[in-house]
Amino acid sequence: MTRLRPATVLLYVLGALVLVYTLFPFYWAVVSSLKPGASLFRIDYWPSGLDFENYRAVFATQPFGRNMLNSVIVAASTVAASLGLSVFAAYALGRIQFRGRSVLLYTILGTSMFPQVAVLSGLFELISALGLYNNWFGLTFAYMIFTLPFTVWVLTTFMRALPREIEDAALIDGAGPLVLVCRILLPLLAPALVTTGLLAFIAAWNEFLFALTFTLTNQARTVPVAIALISGTSQYELPWGQIMAASVIVTVPLIVLALVFQRRIVSGLTAGALSD
Amino acid sequence: MVRPRASLAVVRPSWRTRRAWLFLLPTLLVVAAVAGWPLARTLSFAFTDAQLDQLDAAGWVGLRNFAYLLGDPDWWGAVRNTVVFTLCSVFLELTIGLGIALLLNARFHGRAVLRAVVLVPWAIPTVVSAQIWAWMFHDFYGVFNDLLLSLGLIDTPVAWLADPATSMAAVIVTDVWKTTPFITLLLLAGLQTIPRELYQAAKIDGAGPFMAFFRITLPLLKPAIGIALVFRTLDALRIFDLIYVMTSNSRATATISVYARQQLIDFQEVGFGSAASFLVFVIVGLFSVLCVAGLRVGREDVR
Amino acid sequence: MWLASGAVGLATLLVAMAPARPVTIALACAAVGIEYELCRTGAETWASESGNRVELVQSPSLANNRLGLFQQLLAAGSGDIDVFQIDIIWPGTLGRHFVDLRPYLGDDAAARHFPATIENNTVDGELKAMPWFNDAGLLYYRKDLLEKFGHAVPATWQALATTARAVLAAERAAGHARMVGFVFQGKAYEGLTCNALEWLASSGGGTILDRNGRITLNNPRAIAALERAASWIGTIAPKGVLNYAEEEARAVFQAGDAVFMRNWPYAWALVNGVDSPVQGRVGVASLPTGGPGERGMGALGGGALAVSKYSAHPAIAADLVRYLTSPEEQIRRAIAGAFNPTIPSAYRDPALLAAQPFMARLYETLTNTVARPARLAGPRYNQLSSIVWNAVHDTLSGKGDAAANLAAAERRLQRLSRDGQW
Repeated sequence: MTRLRPATVLLYVLGALVLVYTLFPFYWAVVSSLKPGASLFRIDYWPSGLDFENYRAVFATQPFGRNMLNSVIVAASTVAASLGLSVFAAYALGRIQFRGRSVLLYTILGTSMFPQVAVLSGLFELISALGLYNNWFGLTFAYMIFTLPFTVWVLTTFMRALPREIEDAALIDGAGPLVLVCRILLPLLAPALVTTGLLAFIAAWNEFLFALTFTLTNQARTVPVAIALISGTSQYELPWGQIMAASVIVTVPLIVLALVFQRRIVSGLTAGALSD
Repeated sequence: MVRPRASLAVVRPSWRTRRAWLFLLPTLLVVAAVAGWPLARTLSFAFTDAQLDQLDAAGWVGLRNFAYLLGDPDWWGAVRNTVVFTLCSVFLELTIGLGIALLLNARFHGRAVLRAVVLVPWAIPTVVSAQIWAWMFHDFYGVFNDLLLSLGLIDTPVAWLADPATSMAAVIVTDVWKTTPFITLLLLAGLQTIPRELYQAAKIDGAGPFMAFFRITLPLLKPAIGIALVFRTLDALRIFDLIYVMTSNSRATATISVYARQQLIDFQEVGFGSAASFLVFVIVGLFSVLCVAGLRVGREDVR
Repeated sequence: MWLASGAVGLATLLVAMAPARPVTIALACAAVGIEYELCRTGAETWASESGNRVELVQSPSLANNRLGLFQQLLAAGSGDIDVFQIDIIWPGTLGRHFVDLRPYLGDDAAARHFPATIENNTVDGELKAMPWFNDAGLLYYRKDLLEKFGHAVPATWQALATTARAVLAAERAAGHARMVGFVFQGKAYEGLTCNALEWLASSGGGTILDRNGRITLNNPRAIAALERAASWIGTIAPKGVLNYAEEEARAVFQAGDAVFMRNWPYAWALVNGVDSPVQGRVGVASLPTGGPGERGMGALGGGALAVSKYSAHPAIAADLVRYLTSPEEQIRRAIAGAFNPTIPSAYRDPALLAAQPFMARLYETLTNTVARPARLAGPRYNQLSSIVWNAVHDTLSGKGDAAANLAAAERRLQRLSRDGQW
């Protein structure tokens, strides 16, 4: 790093561009969240002061901590269940040749082709009948309709990319199918699991329509619904500052999550491949 | 090396098939439960005149809902909007997403932070990011008009979301910003699976970076691109909340999902809305089959 | 399905076994700020007086989301919510799921309220909901600017346009480049139907449907009223108004960038708030008329309370409704939150008049309203409204002229209503 080559400079310039492009709207939200009431209607590119009133109000006017907890639990269990199920499904679909394989793959994909609003009433009946209304299990169950096809497909693709020899060697060594999947294929899939898990987590974290329909009380609600419920002193008023503050609050944990896991996205596969 | 592989596959085929089904069973059960019943309900309503609050009093009307739908200019407007939206947004997302993924795959200081930061748009709830952008597009207090005015590029404020000529573009820009991280992350994971030795070998052979990109990166990235494309296309074709929050039911931007929702919820026409939803499903299905066939994702045989 | 009915059966059994215990009533009222606070305190007072419990269920503020959620719950026959706060246009849509309140509350309870509001909430002779508060479209104006340039508060739409143009030109010449004349709700949504109804009704253009449900939308005066509104776009109103709902309009007006605004009473407290740039410089009046011999009329909005048919305790739930809609409670809400009572006698209450002087001045306006044809159109009202707002939005944005758009809308309404049968 003694001298900067043009290519390196270009990298940093592009990086800065990406940074501005990605963060500007978020920055705008942060600036707005630090403004009190009516000064929202002025355009200031820098925060004029640090007014944390909106942040205080978010937690004071509703059980926002509880809503965050609900979101974390629902999203995490959705991801755990989807990944757990789809690792095995992906092994079957990606590494075993059998009749009806493509049909199954497409059937699973077909699940995510229906508009959400079309399955709403059917799912509502099902969830009430199973006694899952207004709790974590109902939402986790409903979210599988969009996370499961995604995780199955991505993992199947990655399963296919793994070298055949690893599996054969394990089978010759007498490893059972469970051992094969859990001990040998799973570590190799770490980057795919982290990536898919992260994308599915965020999808579940952000979901609005199901969360609104399948929960009833403030205690059971997730963050997006809670944000939609933030409102001003009357029916029409939109408390912009508070909504922005709440959005900033819910985005921060996800950034932390991404920072924690990003090293695994990088190192997972190379490490796994080298150790063999 | 070849013989033991062949013998494994040939000697115990039924054993392998049975194992495949066993491994698939839990997933299939969940899919059947979570999707099977609701889909069956919707499909059965599509041929009736059911109303939302009188589902039991529904009468059979055969294909009348579909016939009416195909004769409704609003439906065709929605189809056109959906196709325009999907083509533009998915193309832009893929291009920008690939660019960012390539950048993030390069080695430079601060890469770790940038990798986390690019996820921010995806992490903000759609309902909220739609409002942030709607605010930035505001004709009076929006930052875009302010910037463009101060740069002298426009002389009067543009009503981005109100003008039918610009509202679709505004919605697409928002969606591209919001969902590019999804593609970036998938493609980045794909890039990670490409062995660095291939690039070193190409370098030794005297191939330039562009050659390496088209000969190595793009072909090996195809499965990841395919996946990203399929899921983004499916999502874009069903886009609802972003458009609903930004422009409500305006016909300049209403997509087929907005149309279906309006029929189902606002108008309580469950029969008609189900028929519309079913057509959404058919359109999305056709598109994705084309998409998958074009890229041959999921068709490659087990190596 | 048998699981669900089993659960309901079990719940009924449990309730029947324990009659002496206090009952919990689930009340879905507005989730928002002071409105929520008032709902909570009112419900809690009832609870302590009657020895029961109330559980508040917050519902989203986006009206369409709330309607979808309620429909979902009611269509499934869910007894999770006993009392619903509904919009004034929903009795026709949801009425089927609500009990007739007359047997529970008696005829006297209803007789106290504005007859028009009671009529609005009556479906097939059954009182489906008790009025809770009223809303009406109002004209907000910049007192200071009108005085500065020597204009009167406009009585007609023509005067509004002339005044707006004059003030606008003067302000722009003085360097206020952003200034516009008039902002209203022009987005393609329910609010535009309200605005359009006001333009029509104040100009002899009818009220979309007549009293018998016949479609009157397409008439020369309505066409003229719509053409007049279309002429505002790009002249006194910004083009962006075509995507404005209540809050976008208030944003412009409250920042001091508009001379006139059409909005609901809620904006009054906000534009006069301590942090408002136009605090103390705003006046409010009845909406203008189309010409001599006409009356300016605000669209009727508001909320009502209804009891679910699937409630396990309809009588106790109805008692909560009786309490919340009583004169005492409505006066309390009017004083603390500026909610307009639905009871004429409440407007003579000295405490209320001392706290909200503008209510007295606007009594005429708030009572002289035009109702949307929600009751006549019944479950098809939302479709009717979307046909109307689309035709109006097209006209305002220059897609076809008023005559052609209204003729097309009339044909669609005829098909929707099976020739006015509804």
